[in-house]
Amino acid sequence: MNKTTLFRAGMALFWLLALGLLMVDTATSSSVRVEPPPIAFGSGMAASGGHCSGR
Amino acid sequence: MRWINRSFLIAGGLAGVLAVTLAAGVRQGLLALLGIGFGAVLQAARFGFTTGWRDYIERRDPQGLWAQMLLMVLAAALTLPLIAGSGGELVGAVAPLTISLVLGAFLFGAAMQLADGCGSGTLYKAGSGSPLSFVVLPTFAFGSFLGASHQPAWVELGGLPAVDLLAFGWPTALALTTIACGAVAWWAGRGIRKTAPASATPASATSPASVAEQILRAGTASFVPASSPARPTRWARRWWLGALLLAVLYLLHLVVAGQPWGIVYGMGVWGAEAMAALGWDPSGDAFWGAAPHAQRLVEPILADVTSVTNIGLIYGAIAASRWRGAASFSLPSSRRFAAAALAGLVMGYSARMAFGCNVGAYLGGIASASLHGWVWFALAFAGSIVGVRIRRSISAQEASA
Repeated sequence: MNKTTLFRAGMALFWLLALGLLMVDTATSSSVRVEPPPIAFGSGMAASGGHCSGR
Repeated sequence: MRWINRSFLIAGGLAGVLAVTLAAGVRQGLLALLGIGFGAVLQAARFGFTTGWRDYIERRDPQGLWAQMLLMVLAAALTLPLIAGSGGELVGAVAPLTISLVLGAFLFGAAMQLADGCGSGTLYKAGSGSPLSFVVLPTFAFGSFLGASHQPAWVELGGLPAVDLLAFGWPTALALTTIACGAVAWWAGRGIRKTAPASATPASATSPASVAEQILRAGTASFVPASSPARPTRWARRWWLGALLLAVLYLLHLVVAGQPWGIVYGMGVWGAEAMAALGWDPSGDAFWGAAPHAQRLVEPILADVTSVTNIGLIYGAIAASRWRGAASFSLPSSRRFAAAALAGLVMGYSARMAFGCNVGAYLGGIASASLHGWVWFALAFAGSIVGVRIRRSISAQEASA
């Protein structure tokens, strides 16, 4: 197995692992979350926050 | 056989959007879809913020800068009236003019040239199979987590309050933003005409004194000896079309999420989640222990606006890069890998000092008519000049080895 094939296999494994962790994170999250309206504009609610600008 | 491949890619994207919708709600599903759009456009148009700047620094090719300025003006024109009239439902990316912004933007600009991608660039290139960006991704996430944790301390160093031009009304804010973007585009175009004849970069050009001199001369658009001056006869379609499509996606993202498109915050959330899984307690942290960030760590990753857009972006890039078949790549040297991994760490950390990366601070800030976006641009561009020099130096060392 050459370096390129090895790297490609490593990448595939990484993405599979990331997907698996995402699924576990979603499945094990126990907090009750109120789903926001589908579209913020016109919803009457302020943005939830959590942006790079520090909000 | 190509249509089978494309059908799988489309089906995979739709299945992912459906899964996100079922797990985290309609809004998150829509954001995942928009993220796929961002990734597909960035990859298909090869719309790189980093590359656009490097093209100008090295070859005086202004096409990338022109496209970025077009994107800013369009995004501002489409969103500023909505933000102004939304009564707080929609918010822009506005941040103070702190010392941390100055330092962080400069460091980010230098590091992104070594990592060969900014925030969005790292994600879409990692998705499209670039080995360098693939290595950068985890260090970027860890740096972003750490930088966010230290951000309150950096901000305490002081600075000036935020300057939001929307306070003067959206027509004035839009007019000022358009004039400033036009001035940058003109300056970049002027660089073509001022370009010196092609010459090899002198060895002394990499010395600290030379780099400092070039940064000082940046305003005259003659700051770097171009290795091969560009004489573009036309503006490549991929640039302006990419800008048009990204502006529309930027508008849709703001309307759906209520906040501008961002990248780095989500990567910091991933780093924080990973650290929490390893036993780190965020409750006493100045950033991650405070609202609304503490809530982001309690909720699933798919409930975070920036994370879900990032995940969509990666898939969109994967799909676009494989639309015409399997992507090919070559492995860089171990020296480049190590430099890129370190640059990813610096990028993640400095992006949190500077209130975002090319997307959250540069595009988001300028399109939101916040002065911090312009400060970010100036400092990150100066940093990029240094980054390009270091990059050239590494390449020269590799060539001579």
